[in-house]
Amino acid sequence: MTIKDQVAIAGMGCSRFGERWDCGAGDLAIESAYEAYEDAGVGPKDIEAVFVGQMYAPVGGLAGAQVIDALKFNNIPVIRNENWCCAGHVALISACMAVASGAYDVVMALGVEKLKDTGFPGLGAGRGMNPVYEARRTAPGSFALIGTRYFEQYGLTMAEGKEAIAKIAVKNHKNGMLAPKAHFHREVTVEDVLKAPMIASPLGLLDCCGNSDGSACAIITRADTAKKLRPDPIYIKGFGMSMDAILPHSRPGFNWTSFDALKTSSSKAYEMAGIKDPRNEIDVAEVHDCFTITEMMIYEDFGFSKRGKAKEDIDAGFFELNGALPVNVDGGLKCFGHPVGASGIRMTYEIYKQLQYKVDNPKRQVKDVKRALSHTFGGPPQLSCVLVAGNEKG
Amino acid sequence: MKVGITAAGAYVPNYRLKRETIARAWERGAIKGERSVANTDEDSLTMAVEAAIVCFSHVNRTDIDALYYASTTAPYAEKSISSIVAAACDLKEGIFTADFSNSTKAGTSALRTALDAVKAGSAQQALTVAADCRNGYPKSDQEQLFGDASAAVAVGSKGVMAELIDSYSVTTEIIDIWRNINEKYINYGEGRFISEKGYMTAMTQAIKALLKKTGSKNEEIQKVVIATPGLKDNSVVAKKTGFSPEQLQESYMLEIGNCGTAQPLLMLVAALEQSSPGDTILLASYGNGADAFLFRVTDEVKKIQANPRFKSYLETKKPLDSYSRFLSFRGLLEAVPGEPFRTFPSNSAYWREQKGILRLHGSKCTQCGQAIFPINRICNACGSKDQFDEIHLSDRTANVFTFSIDYLAGRSDDPLVVQTVAEDGEGVRYYLLMTEFDKNEVKIGMEVNFTFRRIYEGGNYINYYWKCRPVRKAGK
Repeated sequence: MTIKDQVAIAGMGCSRFGERWDCGAGDLAIESAYEAYEDAGVGPKDIEAVFVGQMYAPVGGLAGAQVIDALKFNNIPVIRNENWCCAGHVALISACMAVASGAYDVVMALGVEKLKDTGFPGLGAGRGMNPVYEARRTAPGSFALIGTRYFEQYGLTMAEGKEAIAKIAVKNHKNGMLAPKAHFHREVTVEDVLKAPMIASPLGLLDCCGNSDGSACAIITRADTAKKLRPDPIYIKGFGMSMDAILPHSRPGFNWTSFDALKTSSSKAYEMAGIKDPRNEIDVAEVHDCFTITEMMIYEDFGFSKRGKAKEDIDAGFFELNGALPVNVDGGLKCFGHPVGASGIRMTYEIYKQLQYKVDNPKRQVKDVKRALSHTFGGPPQLSCVLVAGNEKG
Repeated sequence: MKVGITAAGAYVPNYRLKRETIARAWERGAIKGERSVANTDEDSLTMAVEAAIVCFSHVNRTDIDALYYASTTAPYAEKSISSIVAAACDLKEGIFTADFSNSTKAGTSALRTALDAVKAGSAQQALTVAADCRNGYPKSDQEQLFGDASAAVAVGSKGVMAELIDSYSVTTEIIDIWRNINEKYINYGEGRFISEKGYMTAMTQAIKALLKKTGSKNEEIQKVVIATPGLKDNSVVAKKTGFSPEQLQESYMLEIGNCGTAQPLLMLVAALEQSSPGDTILLASYGNGADAFLFRVTDEVKKIQANPRFKSYLETKKPLDSYSRFLSFRGLLEAVPGEPFRTFPSNSAYWREQKGILRLHGSKCTQCGQAIFPINRICNACGSKDQFDEIHLSDRTANVFTFSIDYLAGRSDDPLVVQTVAEDGEGVRYYLLMTEFDKNEVKIGMEVNFTFRRIYEGGNYINYYWKCRPVRKAGK
């Protein structure tokens, strides 16, 4: 099955990310939705169904009510998912499948999160699923387990491993300086990253993304009629969604340096998009840099780097803005923060603008972009979603 | 029928606080020695489990058909503790459990009840566990003298290592040492009054009556185990009852302190670890009356002497240098709360999942053999549904597979959490918090075992679960 070139993005919007004390979830949704309407040349009356990605904001069990109340949709389906950090991608991919099925012609995917109303501290302290077995599971504490094991498996000392992941933080912060909508605009050095307070060994403060508020929105339509809405629609080439069956912490034999969900979600997306050599065929990628070690592992599970060789590519600048495969060119989660349900659509907003050569700051525009990828990785972690898009059919 | 002690174990928490550290905080005189301190995740229930587990090296947990728990500091005012201890010890269902409280001789009262139950034939193998974490008023002598510890003694008629000769008890009504409902600290009457009319009177009366009842001569007794509130009260009792200082069993007042209901049993365990077959042991404890026992040691005692666990717990220790952390550990000084827990406890889920949470059971697939923790109904390896045997895991050791020292997850009084994934010899993975670690020594491959601890208080009840800890080794 494929939906390659059947569905297009006709417009997108993205709010400013940050500690938006001035805005509620509804205000953030309005900010991204109205930018998307204008971009697509449509209005609320054109939307036939809405897919919402929203994890907390402020609690679960709210259906899509916060978004509906703000945007005033009447009598159309509104489907909310709270699939952890992938909620935005799940909304977006669900919207694509709804259009591909022929049920709707114009649908909205919207991710929004208002973390700063929930008492969330600066860092993601996301809690476990079981109040006893996972009483003190945190996001940094779970992803750090990857780092400890990665360094062991590939014979990196703590200093060598820390330096490799620090370079990812340095790269993303440098890129974020060029992204006006990012939460953090602060360049950091390797030394800054290494000296930052330890959060969950081996991850220090600057290895972690922050919490922020934000929203992003996409208008999805049929590829065959997309050009009636705009001259430069972006085509969906492929997607992959994959969930590992069991908490990684409890999984017998699990190596903690490679996740099946990452490998299968990316390989499915590549297969649908007809990509055989992702390292050379992907021109720009936004991947889930919730922690620097996550981005390093993704390079390998996505086939950007050879197994165990991510450090060599990092050292060579392969993923930097002017490198062969720029990754997280807007600064990633490191600079935007991670309003959980919004992030996947925010990342897709960046690749959408890159594919249209319409990035809000031309200094971070990548040249010769044909294929771009966005990705989120969620939970303990267990769930991964990949979207591949292009600016031409075929 | 020969009835007596079939297994014995005692547990001393890792942390020791020098009495001069407490004294310095109050600019008062220090009593010599140090005291044991229960960790922030320990209490009179978890320590009881530790001592009980030692006994299972010598008696089968499946043979235990009665469990008696004794403490003056049970973590619940109303709610059985013995039922949680029985579950954590993975004892069989359908056994008799009972809780003894309110007096420092509750441990020996439970022991006497256990002996009576076995003699009467209502129990085959009865386990008595006693533990205490008592609080003396800040600045008081008791604050320095008290210690935290636990002891467990199994009683049966097979494999007896110390046969009961006889026992004798007295009860005396006196308001000498007491704690009112809702009070944290223990009250004492005037010192000479309570010593003379309380402790000394009851102890000498019970010991003398027991010697008379059994026709025993003082010189026939090798070890005299006398519970003692202070450093020397036991030697006064010994003198008054005709024993020489050489016969007196070490009280560990300088290493542990007065550990309440656990003290007489802990001293008994120590005496057993140090005794010879044929020795006679006298045990006496106090608390609004006295219980006295005579035991004769048999050849079976060698089984606990091969691996003397009390000695090991006594000698493996870690200094606690902070009086404020001592107060914080005991809940007497509440430090600033950390991040709230976002997954809320459920007493129905806690009940439903107790085989995993309290018994540390996993599942082993009968179709493909994969073992996993916690219990998984559908096998992760072969997909078969409900085809598994439950496996008992709490006795295993495991090795750290990966870890993170997490500065974000803890509370301010327990700030460091080691997120640990460990793997045992069968490939079972455990995701547990680590306790009693040295953060500079946590490494991949490090050997850990499992210990039953308090996880947190949510839902207005205590959530107990297992943690892993580096195997306690002497010299550390």
